[in-house]
Amino acid sequence: MYGAMPAEDQPKSRLRDQIDENLKRVYEDALREEVPDRFKQLLEQLRQKDVKS
Amino acid sequence: MTLASAHADPRDLLADHLPALRAFAISLTRNGAMADDLVQDTVLKAWTNIEKFDPGTNLQAWLFTILRNTYYSDLRKRKREVPDPDGHFAASLFEKPAHDGRLAFNDFQRAFDQLSPEHREVLILVGASGYSCEQAASMMGVAVGTVKSRANRARRRLADMLQLQDGEGMFSGIDGATQAVLGRSAIKAA
Repeated sequence: MYGAMPAEDQPKSRLRDQIDENLKRVYEDALREEVPDRFKQLLEQLRQKDVKS
Repeated sequence: MTLASAHADPRDLLADHLPALRAFAISLTRNGAMADDLVQDTVLKAWTNIEKFDPGTNLQAWLFTILRNTYYSDLRKRKREVPDPDGHFAASLFEKPAHDGRLAFNDFQRAFDQLSPEHREVLILVGASGYSCEQAASMMGVAVGTVKSRANRARRRLADMLQLQDGEGMFSGIDGATQAVLGRSAIKAA
């Protein structure tokens, strides 16, 4: 046990919350990036190929 | 010419999932060019295998599964190029920032970069993108217990690299106002 730490502080879950908040920030930063045009073009090409065949 | 899916083609929804696919790919690879190639391969595979998608299930989870399977099979092909696959890293490489919370996030990102892909994957799935351990387990093709223990090990490794101990805030040492801005969970005072 960690003598100095009051039980209700739940140190492990606080640490975990901090890590998870930073993880969300890593993910959300990536999520906000603009999707390059090549992917819209790719989907468009796939669609047209499908129509033809 | 009886296309049953004519009026609800999941392929029409692929575009909506591109941002999340890219975010997951970037999180896994930590490399923009690699991430985009991975997303491209994923879109192609999803498009040509769309009949394997069960419309009653989560399309994003299906796409994420294709993406991570593609990633790991690529990784296996060029295994020798991957340094430090287990993510072992000297714990003292990161200076604990005393005053600047932004520096702390930079350090967090650098530590995250040093994790193994498996650790980044599990943390992004269950820690950041909100999948349950059960969902992550089926996407990763492992048992639920493996997801939980892997996530715990990954969090511990991050904490080690950032020199955090239980009960010690990532941003301890900075003033309360900054801390309040940085993380709601960190301001349990009062």
